Amino acid sequence: MGCHLAVDTDERGEMKVTGNRCVRGEQYAREEIFNPKRVVTFTCAAVLPDGSVPGPESNLPRRVPVRTTIAFPKERIPELLGALRGMTIRLPAVRGSVVLKKALDTEVDVIVARSIASE
Amino acid sequence: MKQLTFDAVVIGGGAAGMAAALELDARGHSVLILEREDTLGGILMQCIHNGFGLIEFNEELTGPEFAQRFEEEVGSRHIQASLRTTVLDIREEGGLKAVYCVSPAQGMMRVESRAIILAMGCRERNRGNIRIPGTRPAGIYTAGLAQRLVNIEGYIPGRDVVIIGSGDIGLIMARRMSWSGCKVHAVIEILPYPSGLTRNIVQCLNDFGIPLHLSHLVTDIYGEDRVEGIEVTPIESGALMHEKAFKIACDTVLLSVGLVPENELSRNAGIEIQPTTNGPWVDSALMTTMPGVFACGNVLHVHDLVDYVAEEARRAGANAAAWLSGYRPAREIRAKTGSNIRYVMPMRINPERENRLYMRSLVVKNDARLEVRLDGNVVKSRKLAHVQPSEMLSLTLIPEDLAAAGRDSTVEIALV
Repeated sequence: MGCHLAVDTDERGEMKVTGNRCVRGEQYAREEIFNPKRVVTFTCAAVLPDGSVPGPESNLPRRVPVRTTIAFPKERIPELLGALRGMTIRLPAVRGSVVLKKALDTEVDVIVARSIASE
Repeated sequence: MKQLTFDAVVIGGGAAGMAAALELDARGHSVLILEREDTLGGILMQCIHNGFGLIEFNEELTGPEFAQRFEEEVGSRHIQASLRTTVLDIREEGGLKAVYCVSPAQGMMRVESRAIILAMGCRERNRGNIRIPGTRPAGIYTAGLAQRLVNIEGYIPGRDVVIIGSGDIGLIMARRMSWSGCKVHAVIEILPYPSGLTRNIVQCLNDFGIPLHLSHLVTDIYGEDRVEGIEVTPIESGALMHEKAFKIACDTVLLSVGLVPENELSRNAGIEIQPTTNGPWVDSALMTTMPGVFACGNVLHVHDLVDYVAEEARRAGANAAAWLSGYRPAREIRAKTGSNIRYVMPMRINPERENRLYMRSLVVKNDARLEVRLDGNVVKSRKLAHVQPSEMLSLTLIPEDLAAAGRDSTVEIALV
């Protein structure tokens, strides 16, 4: 799975990536060194349309999976998780719907990863 | 007892079961999926992390997203799925297959068919399987169970965690627990190399500064009511170095020590199981030793990517459809393992068709070459920059590669 990249600097101090088989590898290596990013996935508490929590007898899930649309700056992930921990998502949930727009003033949204009905 | 009849029955509604059912349906056969859980999707539903679908959809999806794409396809084709349904038995009755199953809505059911696809997935190995000494306190979980508790039930199983085994689920849980505010103190691996994918070592351990102790064994678990800590002993040249043993305090131990194909049903039905994979023996069409019963996905052999599961399952579904229409291979030749190969899947090759093979390396090696030998002569070879046991290998043999094959020919796959 994937390539084994090596990163070095040449005689002029320019960054040099080897081992990549396509252009994505070089972009990844550059980003991984200067501005590492990760896709963040998490689950938020589900609430029913009336605001209550699905009970133990319910077939509905108690958590709704969410994800960032694209990779998020790594050093700010703890801050993002803090925002997600307190969040609830009202059922029905629709895959792809935005639950946190431009999270922490980045260009990254947090979206629902699975459609879940409310009954 | 309710009686149903379909051309084919698929046991298990995860990625493998859905992919196989779609293929059968596309070829005009009626198919019923039997699924134990409340929803289709199988284990993908609790795998909320991303990295699925790079081969299948050419994008990075989370497990639930990957599952939902298949689920929507199954729904749009009106393929029937019986949820909350547990299969109890598979039998041959009157020249047909009978699947006995039970669900709260229907009670006991008997589903008759001409073909069955086994797609039950796999189970986690647990503490009993690897015989860790020590007390038996609360706080010891398999990584997948912890994953279900955190991602689906919404519970945190503990605060100070040690992970035994460096399988992918354990690595994923190291990150998940860290993101949930827990402290993961270490990952302990008995082998000298990690069992999980490289990307998971980087993103789930290195990102959080979690130490990975390779060539180390957990030799004791302490605690009366709740886990209080573990003892870790280094292994040098195959021997336990007891004088170098150390303790790590923790309240939770997660086990990620391998997966075993779930073949209780297959065994009870008298289907032959292979010791190298713990899955059914299958021919070039992925058909087991019970004619008309096919296997695919993790019940056949443990895969590291769901994309490979889907590919294999589609093949099983297409082969089952061909079988239902009366196709039988004219001849098959044996596939066997050569140097440094643990297993080759499947174990038979049809020289008149395209054959997709999966195999696993026994070794970690750079600049390796994968060689296909037909009766000792190399007919295909491929350079591989890096191989390791945790990353499955694949290759495709076309009829031209096997043109010289005779009745008793053997194909050997070797890593040199």
